[in-house]
Amino acid sequence: MSVFPATAAAKSAGRRAPTSAARPPARGQRAAYWFIAPLGLGFAVFYFWPMLQTFYFSFTEFGPFGGHTWTGTDNYARVLRDVTVWQALGNTLIYCGIGLLALPVAIAVAALLNRRGLRGVAVYRALYFVPFVTLPVAVGLVWNWLYNGDFGLLNEVLGWFGVDRRYWVSDPSTAVLAIGAVMVWSTTGYYLVIFMAGIKSIPQDYYEAAELDGAGPLRRFFTITLPLLSPTLFFASVICMIQSLQTFDLIYIMMGEKNPAVGDTQSVVGLFYKWAFIENAQGAAAALAFLLMLLIAGLTYLQFRLQRKWVHYG
Amino acid sequence: MADTTTTDAARPGGTGRSRTARPPRVNAGSVATHLALSLGALVMVFPFLWQLLTAVKSLAEVSRVPPTFLPDNWNWSSFEEVFSALPFREMLTNSVLATAGRTAGQLVFCSLAAYAFARLRFRGRDVLFGLFLSVLMVPSSLLVLPQYDIVQQFGLLNSTPALFLPGMFSAFGTFLLRQAFLALPRELEEAARIDGASTFRIFWSIMLPLIRPALAALAVITAMTAWNDLLWPLIVNTDPQTMPISAGLTSLEGQYETNYPVMMAGSLIASLPMLLVYVFLQRHFVQSVAFSGSKG
Repeated sequence: MSVFPATAAAKSAGRRAPTSAARPPARGQRAAYWFIAPLGLGFAVFYFWPMLQTFYFSFTEFGPFGGHTWTGTDNYARVLRDVTVWQALGNTLIYCGIGLLALPVAIAVAALLNRRGLRGVAVYRALYFVPFVTLPVAVGLVWNWLYNGDFGLLNEVLGWFGVDRRYWVSDPSTAVLAIGAVMVWSTTGYYLVIFMAGIKSIPQDYYEAAELDGAGPLRRFFTITLPLLSPTLFFASVICMIQSLQTFDLIYIMMGEKNPAVGDTQSVVGLFYKWAFIENAQGAAAALAFLLMLLIAGLTYLQFRLQRKWVHYG
Repeated sequence: MADTTTTDAARPGGTGRSRTARPPRVNAGSVATHLALSLGALVMVFPFLWQLLTAVKSLAEVSRVPPTFLPDNWNWSSFEEVFSALPFREMLTNSVLATAGRTAGQLVFCSLAAYAFARLRFRGRDVLFGLFLSVLMVPSSLLVLPQYDIVQQFGLLNSTPALFLPGMFSAFGTFLLRQAFLALPRELEEAARIDGASTFRIFWSIMLPLIRPALAALAVITAMTAWNDLLWPLIVNTDPQTMPISAGLTSLEGQYETNYPVMMAGSLIASLPMLLVYVFLQRHFVQSVAFSGSKG
């Protein structure tokens, strides 16, 4: 306990250059390991070890009487040959594409809320955020009822405009769109809060200067708001993509088990759940999970590469 | 300066008579803005109103075409039916316990580790922090199979701890709290050290109270995630008595496929607790999301 001054010096150095490993570690900081031990233990048991195990499982087959038999890359071959995998992958990419529509919607709302002197901003934000807070299972049930083909409100309202009745979620041609619309509806509030925080950090002088130069609201949006918001937009699109590639809850609840469009709407994680916990095909499920991780990593990498072309760092 | 006066004049009740050429344009624009925003807000909130209105109608009434807007008479029997169809009371309790366990666990484990990563210097700190952060990148589907095996080996399937065990450890929470600790001035700690306070004492009675807003933000976002979680509870707790409300609702869907009043009543009860938390702690929800957006 005699080294406190040294510690403080080491820490202040560490603060200036947090990644410098060259600093000699301060003595007397053994307590630090006790601070991180509980979390480290939890991560080891519930995250790092399972990751290694899933990797191992993906090369084995789980026997009917327990035990894993090494089967090499059979599971991967099976996954790549299986048509349902490709269909689930296609669906997942469509969900991802539709899910990303929440971003322009949220930006538009954030820009409207940014209007100078507008009242009730906090109330609007609170209302738009409600779907995001609501239990996804409940959200799915409510929308199933709105989408209901016989007595649903949506058909009724569309009927006023001469649109024909539809069985939105059991018709394979509309089911994916119907679910995707609910995804956009429930995540818009989340991205709205992120964009509002981003817009707040844009200096007000820019807008005033542009206004003096005679720029209208649309022009101000495209020349000031959008470019200065692009780092936030980039972050949001990465989050949105990662989330929607793993989509499961809404589809599971909205499709139920007997819906004829189950196969047409299944996501990769939905298929994983089915293989792993219903059909007892753990090996193939593990391989599928690994391929999903590779896909997510690949697309994230691609986004980071592409950001240089459109993200504007002031 | 001119802008400030414009804003003031645009306020209802202000002296709107002495307006120059600009304020009327602003007013018309702000009416249009309010219209657009209100329409959007209606789309966001109306489904929940319809949920409530359906829950209090009879099954015969919801099967009517065209649908009625307000119920003929307010009929609360669907709510009673939900509780007799499923062990809904137990499920609500399970959800509360799972949420409390997960939130408490994250607050304790993440704040301890975050403090070490932010304020203490030790060998391997940056490597360990990077390793911990890598957990953020891994999709949960990659983990649930072995996690299930582990919970099974502990003999915890169909138990309350099964619901919150893996979720007590969070890379996001550690990251969020570490940022909060980093922002604190160093002098506080140094004074306490000179007074001979132990590291844990400094953490517990000086530093932790100072990051209360970050702790609150982490608590609400974790509570929300825990309450809404579906995949993991479906896997580990298959006995209805041990299910949380989210998984319980899915079995309600199986039983009452076409009885929408009962399903709306059930989903209303299931989502209400978190909505109430939201109403009272709205500021913290917004903060936690805005935080993840700006610092991510």
